[in-house]
Amino acid sequence: MLHYIGRRILQLIPVLLGMTFIVFLIIRAIPGDPAQVILGQQASEEAIKALRTTLGLDNPWYIQYFDYLKGLVTGDLGESLRTRTPVMDEVWPYLAATIELSVFAIIIAVIIGINAGIISAWFQNSWFDYLAMIIALVGVSMPIFWLGLMNQWIFSIELGILPTTGRENVRDPVEVITNFYIIDTILTGQFDQLSTVLKHLVLPGTALATIPMAIIARMTRSSMLEVMRSDYVRTARAKGLKMFFVVYKHALKNAIIPVLTIIGLQMGLLLGGAILTETIFGWPGIGRYIYEAIGFRDYPVIQSGILIVAFIFVMINLFVDLLYSLVDPRIKYD
Amino acid sequence: MRKKKIVSLAILMLLLISTALFGCSSDDSSSGNSGDSGSSGDSGDSAEEKVLIFGRGGDSVSLDPIAVTDGESFKVTKNIFDTLVNFGEQDTEIHPALATEWEAAEDGLTYTFQLEEGVKFHDGTDFNAEAVVANFERWAAGDADKFPYYASMFGGFGDEEGHVIDSVTATGDYEVEFKLKRPQAPFLKNLAMSPFGIASPTAFEAAGDKFGDQPVGTGPFKFVEWKRNDSVTIEKFEDYWVEGEPKLDQVIFRSIPDNSARLNALLSGEIDLADGITPSDSETIESDENLQLFERPSMNVGYLGLTVTREPFDDPKVRQAMNYAIDKQAIVDAFFEGRADVAANPMPSVISGYNDEIDPYPYDPEKAKELLAEAGLADGFEMELYAMPVPRPYMPDGQKVAEAIQKNLADINVKAEIVSFEWATYLEKAANGEADAFLLGWTGDNGDADNFLYVLLDQDNIGSNNYTYYENQELHDLFIQAQTEVDEEVRNDLYKQAQEIIHEDAPWVPLAHSTPLLAGGKNVVNFKAHPTGSDKLASVDLE
Repeated sequence: MLHYIGRRILQLIPVLLGMTFIVFLIIRAIPGDPAQVILGQQASEEAIKALRTTLGLDNPWYIQYFDYLKGLVTGDLGESLRTRTPVMDEVWPYLAATIELSVFAIIIAVIIGINAGIISAWFQNSWFDYLAMIIALVGVSMPIFWLGLMNQWIFSIELGILPTTGRENVRDPVEVITNFYIIDTILTGQFDQLSTVLKHLVLPGTALATIPMAIIARMTRSSMLEVMRSDYVRTARAKGLKMFFVVYKHALKNAIIPVLTIIGLQMGLLLGGAILTETIFGWPGIGRYIYEAIGFRDYPVIQSGILIVAFIFVMINLFVDLLYSLVDPRIKYD
Repeated sequence: MRKKKIVSLAILMLLLISTALFGCSSDDSSSGNSGDSGSSGDSGDSAEEKVLIFGRGGDSVSLDPIAVTDGESFKVTKNIFDTLVNFGEQDTEIHPALATEWEAAEDGLTYTFQLEEGVKFHDGTDFNAEAVVANFERWAAGDADKFPYYASMFGGFGDEEGHVIDSVTATGDYEVEFKLKRPQAPFLKNLAMSPFGIASPTAFEAAGDKFGDQPVGTGPFKFVEWKRNDSVTIEKFEDYWVEGEPKLDQVIFRSIPDNSARLNALLSGEIDLADGITPSDSETIESDENLQLFERPSMNVGYLGLTVTREPFDDPKVRQAMNYAIDKQAIVDAFFEGRADVAANPMPSVISGYNDEIDPYPYDPEKAKELLAEAGLADGFEMELYAMPVPRPYMPDGQKVAEAIQKNLADINVKAEIVSFEWATYLEKAANGEADAFLLGWTGDNGDADNFLYVLLDQDNIGSNNYTYYENQELHDLFIQAQTEVDEEVRNDLYKQAQEIIHEDAPWVPLAHSTPLLAGGKNVVNFKAHPTGSDKLASVDLE
């Protein structure tokens, strides 16, 4: 097992290295000059030239790339051209905000998605099955932008029960310890703040959960249908086990493997793909951080931001692979 | 067997946590509106406080005003720092601020400022002549990378030839003398700009590069907390030198990038004031009895630039034909919802030196066709038209304005193909002179004519802000003369002549001077939107 993990982690190195290279090339291939963006429209040409030299943007790209790699090896993710702060120092609050939101969303997606999938398969071709699958189809193709604004309108403006945007009640700010506000409010014992923080998670969380929820539901259903037709399930039913146990205990265990893969992939996608949700709900996450950096041609932030997200993505997938052997002992990594 | 247990345990935990989460969130929902809405706040101890939440599109880059060029930073620093002199409430006239009075020598080379006495910085440091000198010394010792606006407005640093300021000396405890190398007409206007807010010398010496995270000034509010991309909180400075100000206890700037979401936040009462209201939403706001609409006096211009180095726009006749062909009033009515004036000149009429004898080219397609025929293009031509990919106050919807122009041009047999690029790419391609014609605009910094005409149309600025590559020696001479002319009337005359030349040469089709919109709750009183885009909130109150 340890051997396997070690090998997988070693395999990550070329993957991440290749990714830094591609990202590096792409952002330099697009026109636009960070020096110009930093100095503003008023800046003189000499000033821009001088700044390009200070920032090392005058060097050939391969020298810039090796400088960047050299930094990475020593744990230096570079310094934001815009805020002049090391990416390492400023990235955590954004990352934590996104992780908190994604985990919240994936929990919603998993609980509702898996159960909807199971019940649909259990009562195949019933009205519930049709309804759930129609909702799932709508969910997969739902434009998040529209959904988010509609939810704000219904739940915040019309009903007045949920906040539209942000992570907290800014009049009563959360004391930051870990940057996971749920944890921070528990640590400081501010349970009224905990409830506001949770309320702030509901709208962006459900918006973000919609697509993965639909995908998980569809995947669970088809996987369950296959397993339900297998011999051992028939045997289990024949020996008089309650249907609930057959479905949730025996069938689910085998059906869950492909669903786990999907959950892992979706979780990774949520981390990097929450830009739209973060924009609509004013969520200060890493998607917006990277997206805004693109507009400013803030090369180190784009490179390192994507690197961090990619790293987490592959780690989640490694974790899911390891989970297989826990769920299904027939799968062994040796 | 053990593995099984772990799995069941994990699933159980997951279920427990999620039930807890759902439980909590539904509980809270039922407790009603106590979350964010309602300006009274929901925690007991803050019930008495007046807190204004200002929603805006982006976050600040740094809160050290001299280190940045973006409006979102100035919006905050304007309230943490004071400048020596200040703009008027809603114009760019010069008023006393930290300097109570000043005197300019006849030759325009020496300025003497008398300073307000008894002023303190937020950290307790005394404000005096030494503090002013220390600030200017800090800036003059920098470079364009550190202090970009200093270079743009005062021509350079230290011993550089372009640097206008020769010396800044404390000639008394509360008297400062500036010596200039050559007269600079907009000198006082420059000093009133947000980047030149006076900072506490003790604080910036101690903080070094980190001053932007812990700014200390003399302004009405002092810095409390900054959660990046989320909120900046500033609170009342009890020892503020202006009697009775500020009225508010706290101001919180929140970044909500999406315009519709920001409007939703305003409608639900989570924020008290919202910037960047799109003209099409103005009706929603005016029809809501709990809200009011604020207009920011116009200090911008939106235009269609014609690259004069590219055929056929090298011919002034063709450029004039474009001016006749485009129905500017229709564009203003349709896409600015009427909240803009049709532009006649490259700068708005509030700026002194504006030539009101010039009328916009009338909408006259026949005249345009004639001019094209005279230029030997009776059959028309084909061109590329760049449409702005991002909304700006001076151009709320570049794509639609481009389509309207395309239609106008089709009427005179000119076939325009609309193209668009991501914003930074767009600017770079336009600056390289790769566009035939492009939509763009400008928002003024200090309300001076130089800041529009010279910056946008002089040959010195080709490759940066003069995107049309337009050059005219006569115009250039007028601009240079005006820069050092201290007699206001003579100077205004120079600019009036300049506008005539520009009108005749027609490197642009000036389209509109828009009025950017803000909205706020009915309980917000005394909010006056400033044309520069950064508003001092000292006298704003909540009822």
